[in-house]
Amino acid sequence: MLALLFLSSGLFLGWSLGANNGPNIYGTAVGTRMLKFRTAAITSSVFIIIGALISGTGTSGTINALGEIDAIAGSFLVALAAALAVLGMSKLRFPASISQSIVGAIIGWNFYVGLHTNLNIVSDILLAWISGPILAALFAMAMFFVLRAVLRHAKIHILRIDLYTRIGLVIACAAGGYSLGANNIGNVMGVFVSDSPFANISIGGLFTVTNIQQLFLLGGLAIAVGVFTYSYKVIETVGGNIVRLSPETALIVVMAHSIVLFIFSSVRLHDFLVYNGIPALPLVPVSSSQAIIGGLIGIGIVKGARNIRYKILGEIAVGWVITPIVAGIISFITLFFMQNVFNQNIGSAPKTASASGTINVQAAASADSVEFVIDE
Amino acid sequence: MAILFKRTQMLEKQIDGFLDAVSQGMVVFKMAVKNYIEGEKDKFAEHFHTISVLENKADELRRLAENQLYSHSLIPEHRGDVLGILEHMDDVIDTAKETLNHFLMESPVIYPELNKDFMELAEVASQAGESIVLSTRAFFNEVNAVKNYLHKVYFYEKEADKITSRLQRKIFALDIDLSHKLHLKFVARDVDNLSDIAEGVADRLAIYAIKRTM
Repeated sequence: MLALLFLSSGLFLGWSLGANNGPNIYGTAVGTRMLKFRTAAITSSVFIIIGALISGTGTSGTINALGEIDAIAGSFLVALAAALAVLGMSKLRFPASISQSIVGAIIGWNFYVGLHTNLNIVSDILLAWISGPILAALFAMAMFFVLRAVLRHAKIHILRIDLYTRIGLVIACAAGGYSLGANNIGNVMGVFVSDSPFANISIGGLFTVTNIQQLFLLGGLAIAVGVFTYSYKVIETVGGNIVRLSPETALIVVMAHSIVLFIFSSVRLHDFLVYNGIPALPLVPVSSSQAIIGGLIGIGIVKGARNIRYKILGEIAVGWVITPIVAGIISFITLFFMQNVFNQNIGSAPKTASASGTINVQAAASADSVEFVIDE
Repeated sequence: MAILFKRTQMLEKQIDGFLDAVSQGMVVFKMAVKNYIEGEKDKFAEHFHTISVLENKADELRRLAENQLYSHSLIPEHRGDVLGILEHMDDVIDTAKETLNHFLMESPVIYPELNKDFMELAEVASQAGESIVLSTRAFFNEVNAVKNYLHKVYFYEKEADKITSRLQRKIFALDIDLSHKLHLKFVARDVDNLSDIAEGVADRLAIYAIKRTM
């Protein structure tokens, strides 16, 4: 029971992720009444859970490799520190992402327990943060050109375009949900992987639900609860402040976002690229909101918009630096209190990981067996 | 999914049917004016009846399409524009019918010296109406082609203005009662009004087309 209580910070992080990042996927579609909130929420929630279960291992492996927290009290505090950092930064109107916050909080844990942070992983993560919005912009630009060419030459009736866009937005909800679940489950549950409170469950001897799958399912459900309970309010509150998009451009931006999140989370794609000698992107949780902003900027550039707020790029860059630092400090302080005031084991430097270790995430073809191996 | 496709197809048919009615109304208008000038009263009455039926049909299809667009929240980004287009296109056939109604009610005496100009004016005004129908079809199906038709609407409207001026000069040069002159002047303006209404729709359409372009 205590173990489940310790999971609460991760679940809160998941709820917050669903409430704040859900609208990235379907905000415009619901705001413009192209889709009903219920349709969008159900579709994206189902695919968030599927994405987390099928492809969540990649980014979780990276988060786990960054700091293999082997005590659930430590995991609880790291997730809590990440949540508090995002909450505080949001109150101060700084754009903060859970992806960046959790990394900072883990590094805070590494500092506290005296573990050297693997700089290779950190550089991979930084590369992903910077390249995520850039790639989203490039994908959005490419898709914009293709869609514009199709619409110019195909002579499609405005009502048919409306119908196809609606179908496309449902698919985008599914793709966005899947990618969000796959990529961001690492933020929510990655820190609990090393010390999962669950045991593997064998169902009739036919298949086994691993402890990690149970964690991801719980995390996925927490995100889905965030989507259902609070994201509509976020759409209503933030709706007016976001750049107004047409349904067609919203579709492009969401798909660009989904592709970016997917390529940073798919183990199979990663392995396929490596196998074929193509440089693969690291499996890292990237910010869904920043991918959306990247997509928006891409659309703005191709449409020749002169009033792109380049200031927002500066704010994102500042967020890359400040959010992890704030989360790291909160993590460090709370760990200190937990260990010295409440006498809880908050974990220690893992013996299986070294500073120069590389991540090798092995995901079995079927989702019923998931394994993380950290090569020394 | 099949229901969505069926609904879309039905609405497309309604809009197409509406535009067909307006387009046919323009042809009927031109023929009716010609019949009136040539003294073919029966044919004129027949054409007046036809345009009344077309106008009613256009009204009915417009209302159906508007209800569908609102009740199913279709094309949210352009719904207001589409409704505006449908309503203003309806004004085109309404104006044509109203002008013919004036002919029917007021029985203006068209002097033979003016026959050619009146027929030319009716021809050009109806062509402005037909061109705006083509522009509107392009707005729905091929937005980049809208400008290919809009310039014709503007051209015919200017031509109609020129013919109306020439006609007015001829009317006031005739040796007839001032009351007849004034009546004929209003009849000429009535016919010309059709091209002005078409021009008004064209102005709106030009803006809507820019809004629709990706």
